[in-house]
Amino acid sequence: MSEYHELSWQGLWKNNAALVQLLGLCPLLAVTGSFVNGLGLGLATTLVLIGSNTVVSLVRNLVPREIRIPIFVMIIAAFVTIVQLLMNAFTYNLYLALGIFIPLIVTNCAIIGRAEAYASKNPVGFAAFDGLMMGVGFSLVLVTLGGMREILGNGTLFDGMEFLLGDWARSMTLTLFETDNKFLLAILPPGAFIGLGLLIALKNILDRRLETLGAPRPTDKQVQRARVTAES
Amino acid sequence: MSLRIASSPHQHSKRNTGSLMRLVCYCTLPGFAAQLWFFGWGTLFQFIIAVAVALGTEAAILELRKKDFEKALSDCSALLTALLLALCLPPLTPWWITALGAFFAIGIAKQLYGGLGHNLFNPAMVAYVILLVSFPVAMTSWLPPQQLMQQGYGLLDSLSLIFTGYSNEGYSLNQLRSGADGFTMATPLDSVKTDIDLGLTVEEAMAKPQFHEGTGVGWFWINLAYLAGGLVLLKAKVINWHIPLSMLLAVSVTAGFLHLMSPDLYASPWFHLFSGGTMLGAFFIATDPVSASTTNLGRLIFGASIGFWVVIIRTYGGYPDAVAFAVVLMNMSVPLIDYYTRPRTYGHKARR
Repeated sequence: MSEYHELSWQGLWKNNAALVQLLGLCPLLAVTGSFVNGLGLGLATTLVLIGSNTVVSLVRNLVPREIRIPIFVMIIAAFVTIVQLLMNAFTYNLYLALGIFIPLIVTNCAIIGRAEAYASKNPVGFAAFDGLMMGVGFSLVLVTLGGMREILGNGTLFDGMEFLLGDWARSMTLTLFETDNKFLLAILPPGAFIGLGLLIALKNILDRRLETLGAPRPTDKQVQRARVTAES
Repeated sequence: MSLRIASSPHQHSKRNTGSLMRLVCYCTLPGFAAQLWFFGWGTLFQFIIAVAVALGTEAAILELRKKDFEKALSDCSALLTALLLALCLPPLTPWWITALGAFFAIGIAKQLYGGLGHNLFNPAMVAYVILLVSFPVAMTSWLPPQQLMQQGYGLLDSLSLIFTGYSNEGYSLNQLRSGADGFTMATPLDSVKTDIDLGLTVEEAMAKPQFHEGTGVGWFWINLAYLAGGLVLLKAKVINWHIPLSMLLAVSVTAGFLHLMSPDLYASPWFHLFSGGTMLGAFFIATDPVSASTTNLGRLIFGASIGFWVVIIRTYGGYPDAVAFAVVLMNMSVPLIDYYTRPRTYGHKARR
């Protein structure tokens, strides 16, 4: 049980793919212009991670060590193709909005990193759970960044959720404020870099707080003075 | 007689950071005054807003960083940043844009990098670029010089336009910007660029009322005033001649080359030298001691590249003026320039 606990903690916070490993930044920075884009890419990445981790773990004893990377890449590419076709079929507008970044999930280093570092050395259950947690951790960052940028740049939140959830979600759009002068910087690529930087900084601050909370407060030391000079 | 032995540096200047920054602020006064004369009181209010926000942000962040903010505020570097930002903004920009710019200049571009002396980029120019890409319409809404305007506007009108968007008589900024024929008068740089895109020649573009003898009405005098202030800075040895001279030379050479190639498509070097922020940029912005190159050869390269980029971006880029982009672009290259132009240490041979 503690292994699952440890995997969750590592995936969601301590070893978060986006905030700590800084892997998969290209889609992270490129598509997080809105909440729904972040959520869509996050879900796709999570599905691919779970699938690839499971299969890599299943075949881990059959794959020759020398050619493991091409094999992993092919497994990942197969799952990316599945996800891409599914999105094309069921969430067509989101598929169009994410564009090239869905096939590019293949090149997301977070996925091959997990396959190589964890799934190829551990049993199926753990590997699948690790994929789930890594994916959820990555998605949370995508969603946070997307929401932040959407609020700042557009004044809305959950705009376009109908692309993912169907027509009823049209009413989910929250308009926080309306303005003629939109804060374009938040939507443009520099906004993604600044936003990600601020998120990483926030995580580091929280980590430091947690450390000082957990650590016992240093007690006042009783200094024992020793006489070092000869008596005069 | 006693010989006093002093350790290096053997430089006996009574100037500290604060007095240097204040001197730079005073030297912008001629240009500031010219801007007030031609474009109304707006710039003064922009200055007040920007300074208030900049000093507030600096104090707040230094307090968070547990540093002595009174000492940091008294060196006037935040004041100078706010002043430069205010001088670059269109005079009647809504107040919250200015406030946002000042916050970004001090908060993001300066303090997040570690405060005075650690910032990679010129804070005022980073703020200007952020505002320009975020609010392109508001940031290019310059009024025509007052002498050409249909509707005059005074002190109270500027105040009310900045804070509410309408003048006391209820004119919006866009109505004020329209000339007698109902067309909006853009800044000289903007207008020449648009007209050339429309297929006019430079000469035809400059037949409009906001031009006079090859430069923009008002802008010529503003640039001249900044030139005068900059020369005082040079004389007072606050700045070196390398950056301004190489930048202005590069502007002239690049613009001259293009102009000679096709006088109908490319404006003259004279126009580029005395339009937009060329002089302000050359003497007050590119010479920022923190973010500019530090070796003499490096300064020449740095200035010349800025001048080159100013003309190129003005001619081919999407935005009318380019000083901010050129400066930020070259700020990025400063570590590289400094690395390759390290001066030879005395006693060492030149590297082969």
